[in-house]
Amino acid sequence: MLETANSEGLRQVGRSPARSDAADKLTGAAIYVSDMILPGMLYAQVKKSPHARAKITRIDTSRAERLPGVRAVLTGHDLDYKLGLYVVDKDILAKSEVRHFGEAVAAVAADTRAIAHEAVELIEVDYEVLPPILNHMDALAPDAPLVHPDLGKYDYVKAVFTPHPGTNIANLTVTRKGDVEKGFAEAAWIVEREYTNPSVQHVPMETHVAIAQWKTGDRVDIWTSAQSPFTVRGLFCHTFKLPLGNVRVMIPNVGGGFGGKAGICIEPLVACLSRKAGGRPVKFQATREEEFSLLPCRSALTYRIKTGVLADGRIIAQKMEMFWDAGAYADYAVNVTRASGYSAGGPYEIPNAWVDAYTLYTNKPYGTAYRGFGHVEFFWGIERHMELVAQTIGMDPLEFRRKNLLKPGSITLTGERITEHTGNVRKCLDSVAAAIGYGSLTPAERAREAKTGLKIGKGVATLHKAPAMPSNTGTSVVVKMNADGSVIANVGLTDIGQGSTTALAQIAAERLRFSLDNVKVTIEKDTDRDPYDWQTVASKGLMLTGNALILACEDLLAKAYELATLALHANVCDLDHDGETIFVRHDPAHRVRFAEIALGYTYPDGSGVGGPLIGVGRYVAQGLTNLNKDTGQGLPALDWTFGAHGIIVEVNPTTGAYHILKIASAYDVGKAINPEMIRGQCVGGMVQGLGTALCEGYIYDQQGRLLNPSFTDNKIPTSKDLPDEIECILVETPQVDGPYGARGVGEHPMISVGPALGNAILSAVGAELTHMPIRSEDVWRAMNSKAPVETWITKTPVGSCRSLPVDG
Amino acid sequence: MKISVTINGALCEREAPENVTLLHFLREYAGLTGTKEGCGGGECGACTVLLDGRAVNSCLVLAAEIDGKSVRTIEGEARDGQPSALQQAFAKRHAVQCGFCTPGVVMSARALIERNPKPSVDEIKEGLEGNFCRCTGYVQIIEAVLEATGQPASLQEGSHA
Repeated sequence: MLETANSEGLRQVGRSPARSDAADKLTGAAIYVSDMILPGMLYAQVKKSPHARAKITRIDTSRAERLPGVRAVLTGHDLDYKLGLYVVDKDILAKSEVRHFGEAVAAVAADTRAIAHEAVELIEVDYEVLPPILNHMDALAPDAPLVHPDLGKYDYVKAVFTPHPGTNIANLTVTRKGDVEKGFAEAAWIVEREYTNPSVQHVPMETHVAIAQWKTGDRVDIWTSAQSPFTVRGLFCHTFKLPLGNVRVMIPNVGGGFGGKAGICIEPLVACLSRKAGGRPVKFQATREEEFSLLPCRSALTYRIKTGVLADGRIIAQKMEMFWDAGAYADYAVNVTRASGYSAGGPYEIPNAWVDAYTLYTNKPYGTAYRGFGHVEFFWGIERHMELVAQTIGMDPLEFRRKNLLKPGSITLTGERITEHTGNVRKCLDSVAAAIGYGSLTPAERAREAKTGLKIGKGVATLHKAPAMPSNTGTSVVVKMNADGSVIANVGLTDIGQGSTTALAQIAAERLRFSLDNVKVTIEKDTDRDPYDWQTVASKGLMLTGNALILACEDLLAKAYELATLALHANVCDLDHDGETIFVRHDPAHRVRFAEIALGYTYPDGSGVGGPLIGVGRYVAQGLTNLNKDTGQGLPALDWTFGAHGIIVEVNPTTGAYHILKIASAYDVGKAINPEMIRGQCVGGMVQGLGTALCEGYIYDQQGRLLNPSFTDNKIPTSKDLPDEIECILVETPQVDGPYGARGVGEHPMISVGPALGNAILSAVGAELTHMPIRSEDVWRAMNSKAPVETWITKTPVGSCRSLPVDG
Repeated sequence: MKISVTINGALCEREAPENVTLLHFLREYAGLTGTKEGCGGGECGACTVLLDGRAVNSCLVLAAEIDGKSVRTIEGEARDGQPSALQQAFAKRHAVQCGFCTPGVVMSARALIERNPKPSVDEIKEGLEGNFCRCTGYVQIIEAVLEATGQPASLQEGSHA
């Protein structure tokens, strides 16, 4: 436990200095992997499957190999390796069978992109097309074809996951608390409904890109736009059975990740091409279209919730069934399932709970981590369902939520006790309700309704999330002092845009009492040079790396004090320091500058002692446990970040077209290290959540071909899609073991935007929405009591995403 | 073919294929990688540069088309090592996160304020709608443009009612 909560006298923490990387990014000087060209570098292209499920009956690369300028051609038969994060189920290139549209079946490295492109066109592939499993609910049918007939032979993380060989179930996570059937027996009301959302693309502005060079002696250098350098190294070495020291992963600036770059993707393929090409560096950058289908997306979800409520409005029991669409490979989807399983009820106290969370294989591009790690998807269900339950029992939805919120003393689904330090979801909810004037329309709003003929509605939704990570997640930091008394911190955490580099510099400056100008945190990552960090995911970076950094600063100061005792002939206990010097407390004029001892102390006679100052800090999550595989009980949560959104929406009652007048969001961040940067996370995440809520989603035809792999057909929000008014509220209930009381908030703003909107639309025009995204036509259908249309797998045999849905 | 373009005030002459886009000409022939490729199809705006003062998606312009013309890129925005008022406002208002869309956004904002020195919030939204940003949610970008043009940096132009 670190001393934290006292925020008095802070000089760096709580301010909003400009980001340390702003100047480079604003002048074009910041280098991304997509900007890099190495001497002798080759360019790679991949041949992709036009089918969702097919046997490869023939593959002929001879014409491609003969093309001048082609240096390497690979097919699945050349690569006898399996890849996988938790279930090792993926080939680097498809071998005998393709499992999704856009899957790579062959790859080429050539002198230029144009030659590589031409070579790929010359590769001939014959397929025997097989009927695909597209809807993940069909994957459960007893006679469904198996996406992975060899599931029983795959290696997987046995302590955490449970694949079911002979089925399409990549994982089943169960959570059992109390006795759900007994609870239902006591209930005055039982309310049951199903909620759905489709697969969604992350859309980092920089598509996935990697350069690899496989040198003699099986030493491999990799430059990649990845989030987690040590994960890339670890999984790469696991696949190729190489010692960790043989592989060096370097990450310069990264043009956005959002979870889509969390694991390992294209690095093994690029490295194999380099090996085949005699060790020349090879670069592959995905096109935007490939980003949609060659690379992973976010899983679709079907969520069934059955809730039992007592006569006084308290939830007594809840049965939850999640069906996650992994797509063709398990990747992160199995862990999304696990993390969602233990959070599935939202920030509510549920005495008797029953969760079955399935990860299902289908023949679609595979699902991975995406900002919120499942919570964006399942909170659509939970927070729409809370509204339905409140309506059913005749209670105001806000009041119903307040009655059931987690509070100190509550027990979570996995048996964790909530304390007063856990965070205050009630305050978040009340803040957003007040900010939108929940419960009634103002006279001005009523006048606006009368004038426009449009209907105004207001809705709220809560959110919570804990980092999804191993129980023993660790990180480490090295702080090195320069000869002028400034410091440079090396951390393994990657800054993919979230601003951790700047926030960590503020934390180090605070702890060292240095000016921010004298603290640098490196942005480029290098597994040979930087100390270990598990991954840049889960909104855990600030807390874990922040703590390790504080410890590293303390280590550095302790060593500096040791040298100062020699320089000042004083006891350690009598020393103190400021931003420039260490001095004797009772004789402050007696002081030594950090610069004088930075490289060791030199006695007046010239002899040196101590050596250059360097501080080391390491931190590991404490008190967490694996979850019991039969009951889901255990302690999975490093911390819980709570929040809420409130939305005012204006809906056309005739057409269903709508416009968001205001969104207010509140998060309990523990302590705001850099409030303006947090506002950037909050607004940015909220707008990304709006994309999910308003319009985004993968559309397939009946053959499983992705119909909208472009920004023309798969819109993301632009500046013109912003709500008229955006309010961001920070609540600060200090996290006892967080750096200066801080906890993570990187993912949370994206969660529950959809249900807050759905609830507001319901209050405006009575439309009961169960499918997200919410397009105008969905509102119109719901207003007219028509069932939602499944347009995400179109009914037309060869679809166009613009074709009209067949009315069902 | 030989292509001569004035880039950020300096003449740049290179031999390049006639089918090379302005984006790839800048990045691969002129060595200016500040201009980014986000989609290659004119949809995301990451590659925005100023062509004779007008913001264009450089991925949709052939380098051959602009022979003899003048291009401004993000590398020309700072002068003598000093960031422009626009760049300073972007840094101060936290209008940068991953930074990949940033050069294109700055160039669109530059084009906007040169034709409209005091744009309203709605005009800024209009002026930047062709530039996707997946990180910031645009608000701090809009505030930065307001700040750079000497206006109060607040989006709220009164309550919605």
